[in-house]
Amino acid sequence: MSWDTQRSGAGPVDSELVSLDAAELARRIHAREVSSVEVTRAHLERIEAVDGPAESGVHAFLHLDADGALAAAGAADRAIADGGPVSPLAGVPIALKDNLTTTDMPTTCASRILEGWRPPYDATVVTRLRAAGLVPLGKTNLDEFAMGSSTENSAFGPSRNPWDLTRIPGGSGGGSSSAVAAGESPLALGSDTGGSIRQPGAVTGTVGVKPTYGTVSRYGLVAFSSSLDQIGPCARSVLDAALLHEVIGGKDANDQTSVSAPLPPVVEAAQAGARGDLAGVRVGVVSEFSGEGYHSGVLAAFTDAVRVLGELGADVVEVSCPSFAYALPAYYLIAPSEASSNLARFDAMRYGLRVGDDGEHAADEVMSLTREAGFGAEVKRRIMIGTHALSAGSYDALYGKAQKARTLIVRDFTAAFETCDVLVSPTTPTTAFAIGERSDDPLAMYLADLCTIPSNLAGNAALSVPCGRSADDGLPVGLQVMAPALADDRAYRVAAAYEAATAGSAAGPRIPELRALETSR
Amino acid sequence: MTATVESAPYTVEEVCEHFDPVMGLEVHVELNTDTKMFCGCANAFGAEPNTNICPVCLGLPGALPRVNGTAVESAITIGLALNCQVRERSGFARKNYFYPDMPKNFQISQYEDPIVFDGYLDVPLDDGGTWRVEIERAHMEEDTGKSLHIGGATGRIHGADYSLLDYNRAGVPLIEIVTKPIVGAGVRAPEVARAYVTALRDVLRGLAVSDVRMDQGSMRCDANVSLKPKGTEEFGTRTETKNVNSLRSVERAVRYEMGRHAGVLLSGGTIRQETRHFDEQSGTTSAGRPKETFADYRFFPEPDLPPLEPSRDWVESLRAGLPERPWERRARIQTEWGLSDEELRDLVNAEALDLVADTVDAGAPPEAARSWWVSYLAQQANTAGVTLPELAITPVQVARVVALVGEGTLTNKLARQVVDGVLAGEGEPDEVVSGRGLAVVSDESALTTAVDEALAAQPDIAEKIRAGKTKAAGAIVGAVMKATRGQADAARVQELVLERCR
Ligand SMILES: [Zn+2]
Repeated sequence: MSWDTQRSGAGPVDSELVSLDAAELARRIHAREVSSVEVTRAHLERIEAVDGPAESGVHAFLHLDADGALAAAGAADRAIADGGPVSPLAGVPIALKDNLTTTDMPTTCASRILEGWRPPYDATVVTRLRAAGLVPLGKTNLDEFAMGSSTENSAFGPSRNPWDLTRIPGGSGGGSSSAVAAGESPLALGSDTGGSIRQPGAVTGTVGVKPTYGTVSRYGLVAFSSSLDQIGPCARSVLDAALLHEVIGGKDANDQTSVSAPLPPVVEAAQAGARGDLAGVRVGVVSEFSGEGYHSGVLAAFTDAVRVLGELGADVVEVSCPSFAYALPAYYLIAPSEASSNLARFDAMRYGLRVGDDGEHAADEVMSLTREAGFGAEVKRRIMIGTHALSAGSYDALYGKAQKARTLIVRDFTAAFETCDVLVSPTTPTTAFAIGERSDDPLAMYLADLCTIPSNLAGNAALSVPCGRSADDGLPVGLQVMAPALADDRAYRVAAAYEAATAGSAAGPRIPELRALETSR
Repeated sequence: MTATVESAPYTVEEVCEHFDPVMGLEVHVELNTDTKMFCGCANAFGAEPNTNICPVCLGLPGALPRVNGTAVESAITIGLALNCQVRERSGFARKNYFYPDMPKNFQISQYEDPIVFDGYLDVPLDDGGTWRVEIERAHMEEDTGKSLHIGGATGRIHGADYSLLDYNRAGVPLIEIVTKPIVGAGVRAPEVARAYVTALRDVLRGLAVSDVRMDQGSMRCDANVSLKPKGTEEFGTRTETKNVNSLRSVERAVRYEMGRHAGVLLSGGTIRQETRHFDEQSGTTSAGRPKETFADYRFFPEPDLPPLEPSRDWVESLRAGLPERPWERRARIQTEWGLSDEELRDLVNAEALDLVADTVDAGAPPEAARSWWVSYLAQQANTAGVTLPELAITPVQVARVVALVGEGTLTNKLARQVVDGVLAGEGEPDEVVSGRGLAVVSDESALTTAVDEALAAQPDIAEKIRAGKTKAAGAIVGAVMKATRGQADAARVQELVLERCR
């Protein structure tokens, strides 16, 4: 084993390594200026320093696999030392949302019903990450079965926003976003059903991408709402997200909803955008995404972002998408309907929790007792809503009508993309709210996804890029860029241009906050 | 729980004095594709429990289905053979209900847009006539696993001490074929039901898409029966009888339910819409556990699978490849071979007709082909406890054996040994001939004859051998080898020569 002894004076590089973007880490690892093992160790130390305890730390991770990560890092270092071709992100650590199946780590979906379950197979995205030499560190927290906007619905306790540990890191993918924001991992994977990558990205000052539906395989993503779920990257820069997007994207025979079309050239687009020229790009501001419920600080940051896009040469127009008003109610019928069916399999018969298997209870009673004990309140709420929406007496009025609304939303997007190349909006109406603030008010919680849901219903591409900080509370704001299906590259180009133009201010000082966190403990 | 066995006091003739029976038959057929409907696991009957399983057919979290193209092809072919329309765009739907042997607690099926619909089958009846059964639809779905309930009185889940689950069958491709209401059959309703299932089985066997074994469950029939008072138009309340596991049971179950319904209705009672269980032993049906709630399957479009859009060219090429209808083929064969009705019926009953016909198609004379299947091969099947179609020999192989006899390479006795070799898995007939050295010259009697002839032709040498000069046998062996053009086994010839001179 020579990979780390070859380097001399591996001094206290930790805090620098954990602040670097994935592209820069990859460059240094591939140039053998630093080993993947050192980078991995630095991130493991960072996690050790800031992630726990579960009651007060960032609590981004539900499971950490230090040995597995160091072994994968060692393998990446050997591949690089052998001089053969390695993928652009080989050797870079990554965190995985805990609703992706992994053979070497449990997959719990942050639910008691799956506590300790070890899948016998890797999700396609995990297979692709491993093949590309990335280094999985562990599994990140989420709202149970990805149902929520704050991670407060995790059966194992919430994650916390590294910018303010009393606040939520967004959800459902708050574990992934807070891990990236806190310097615990340069990259993470999330899943976005109604905004679960983008909204956490916005409130933690990180980049979150929901690729076009069907361009990243869902095989091995524990389904919440199959027609809406989409795996995507979480990162600290637009380019990093694009690099990861290219690793995980593309047709997969195991997912028949995955499309054969070639993956849009997102890395190229991110690089082109970073040169700062948006001349001729038509940017539509969706007029419906403002007004009541939006923080003034969020709207101000957004207005300023639109001004920046104009200065970069974009033609900014206002567009109206009136059917977006139906998006939230349609989503809260379609997603629970599919969830009620997808989550039926958790019945204690084959894996996971089993309650009441005492010889006194029949099989159907064991199923009921297990589901009663194993699912949290929000999951039960959605299973009940969905079961009702699909039932014989209400199908047409609820599920059927929601599907019609979905068609109208698709039409609004189609019309808007006839006059615009991309659409922009705030990613979420407010900055990170306080933990507990909306726990008793599901409707208020659902509003966090107001701006992100339409792109899930239509299946188009959308991302969130950091957009400065709110003057109200100093917390990060996200700019959402939406693009037509299979035109993800447009969103990357615009986001990269904006990111480059606002470097140092938009992304915000990510790491100093965490210094404060470390010294406070 | 104990099932209440109700008597069926009315004969079909009595029933039909008051009522017109209405039937609807739902037949489930397991396709014989190599792999399951939505994954790559083997679709095989009788494997060790839980060996043909994977994340997909176990419904593990995160796993996704992928459609088996061969199953879709079979579904379309079945539809075409039943004169159905093929839908240009059809889709899968989820049927949601909880049961321990259903891995996902939903079944992927088809609901509003089955792949084929609106067809008919002209069913041959016992008297030589036909009855047109209209087909509502045929759709694809996946089978469930199997539960084995241990303990308790009924073998059903309630009252069992524990249950064993085998998911090998989970995800096996099924086609469900549903008739439109069969009205107007009157006293012939039970016969029509049996004739329909028989005809359907024969059509499917001809298509080679399924084993269609009712005894093994690869073909299952649910019989819906209701009675309509004569002169009225509205259908009565129907019952659905399950566990009907043979063609004869189809007829008996319909007859029993007709009589039972009439008994209830004529005594002023009402029929409860329910699922009933057919008992092969008693020939009666019994009520299942009454459903406490109305079954709402909450069908909705399967979001994990895109719609099916079979191309017109594909459908037309499948239509062009449809085989002759089995009963039409039978009628043609009977004429061509000059078979009596009785001979034809024997062939059909022995499941030999198609095998014989295929053997003839492969070049064998009809009489030889028939003789092989109804005598020697029938005995072998009987000994092995399998049906003729299950014997490990194909019509093409039988035809080759017949040809080898015809050209003199094999005697009939040798031919049976070749057939034994094929059945024993030793390969094609020609491989068995060379593998076992079974060309005609190794036939003992033929060789003995050749030896005797050589001895007779050289009596002086024969005398020397008889006198103990065994070395002289070489001359006789040489003569035999010459006579058999070198195809005999010289060592065996030597033994024979010495034997014949003893
Ligand atoms: Zn399988």
